[in-house]
Amino acid sequence: MEPLSNKRKVLESKPLTLMERAYLPAIIKGLSITMKHFFKKPVTISYPEEKREFSENFRGMHSLKRDEDGKERCTACGLCALSCPAEAITMIAAERQKGEEHLYREEKYAAVYEINMLRCIFCGLCEEACPKEAIYLDGDIVPSDYLRKDFIYGKDKLVEAPLNQ
Amino acid sequence: MELTDILIKFTLIVIIFAISLVVAMYSTYAERKLAAFFQDRVGPNRAGPWGILQPLADGGKMFLKEEIIPTNSTGFLFIVGPSLAIFTACIASAVIPWGQKLTIGTTVIDLQVTDINVGILYIFGVVSLGVYGIMIGGWASNNKYSLLGAIRAASQNISYEISMGLSIIALIMVTGTMSLGEIASQQHGFWADGWFSWNFFKQPLGFLLFIVCAFAETNRSPFDLPECETELVGGYHTEYSSMKLGFYLFAEYINMFISSAVMATLYFGGYNYPFMDWVASNAGTNVSVILGVVFLFGKIFGFIFFFMWVRWTIPRFRYDQLMDLGWKSLIPLAIANIIITGLWMTFIRG
Repeated sequence: MEPLSNKRKVLESKPLTLMERAYLPAIIKGLSITMKHFFKKPVTISYPEEKREFSENFRGMHSLKRDEDGKERCTACGLCALSCPAEAITMIAAERQKGEEHLYREEKYAAVYEINMLRCIFCGLCEEACPKEAIYLDGDIVPSDYLRKDFIYGKDKLVEAPLNQ
Repeated sequence: MELTDILIKFTLIVIIFAISLVVAMYSTYAERKLAAFFQDRVGPNRAGPWGILQPLADGGKMFLKEEIIPTNSTGFLFIVGPSLAIFTACIASAVIPWGQKLTIGTTVIDLQVTDINVGILYIFGVVSLGVYGIMIGGWASNNKYSLLGAIRAASQNISYEISMGLSIIALIMVTGTMSLGEIASQQHGFWADGWFSWNFFKQPLGFLLFIVCAFAETNRSPFDLPECETELVGGYHTEYSSMKLGFYLFAEYINMFISSAVMATLYFGGYNYPFMDWVASNAGTNVSVILGVVFLFGKIFGFIFFFMWVRWTIPRFRYDQLMDLGWKSLIPLAIANIIITGLWMTFIRG
């Protein structure tokens, strides 16, 4: 069979020269290389104390946003839950009562809003689906925990801190 | 022997024992830390500042692990193996001269437990006993990997002990004595009779052979075939758990410490250091003696560093390469070294 390319190269095994068989020159060369690395700065980032900077489009933990008056933007339309490929989002809607206008922007709001962080694949489709710009994956890495139930994040963990009056 | 002498010797033994255990303990830490530095990493740094409590945590872990004795193992020998390994590792330090004589008031304290006139032979005997610990342990585990590791250890030690012995013969020809105390005191200072007084400068080839053999004898990389993880799981200690495994690992580090001490004593002047006479006459004998001990430990730690440096540089030898190197290179070189030394002694030194 004729070769497909002329890149084939036949290598012949040569017997080791005396210098190579003596091992010592090669060993000294190797030792000098490792010694060079000994004085190099370690590349390690000691994680909890130091953090690597995230890229600009990093998708981390979700946060439910407030508008400029500190009212919750979410109106519990359910589009995020609908768009979620991992079915990680669930919510219960409620109607805004009189006197709650300073809390919620629209007449309808999410009384319960839960994301199962173990199901979430951080694809960002919920933030794309949201018509109210209420959910963003702009948080940190989801911290580890011991129990599965603790990974279901409710509004207490998701909603942005209220604005300072 | 008076009671005070016995007490002094006893304290000295306890101190040396404690030192070799502490050095072995912190060698594990140093090994991990140095490995990290050689590989651009940080190494253990969580237990205590810079991770200096790591050896204690490791030791505690070893003690608390479940003790497993495999059903098919040979029960008694299974326990004898690690005990023998650690026992032989610990007794070798008895003949090493850690320093000159310390004088406190009228009592003279010799910083060598015992200066027997066959010190080198004693060390050799003890070190070659050490391989029995590995062999017995590997055989008693009744596991093919352990057995293979044990066989490798045995044949490797036999092969390299020959060239080690031959390289020592050339040294003994130069020194004319086998007592480690005398060998150390012969290398007094740094310069004598127009040449360096340390044996390394009289026996450079002998030292090279000795250090290569020391690597093989202590089962350190690149000759760590008895326990190579990639081929034999864990080698001779595959079936061991808990503190029995700890004993094997500990014995390896104590052996490394002892062989570093032997190399420092035989070839690098032991407790001698340049300008020691000047220090002794100007600052007092005891200061000079203590400084000598410090220098000896500096040399020992230097050798331990070298052991680790080599471990993280050179890949493991293949088994046939190991045997080739031992029998076809080191033994002829050692014999040539003896002949050269003999010719030098007859014709040049006269």
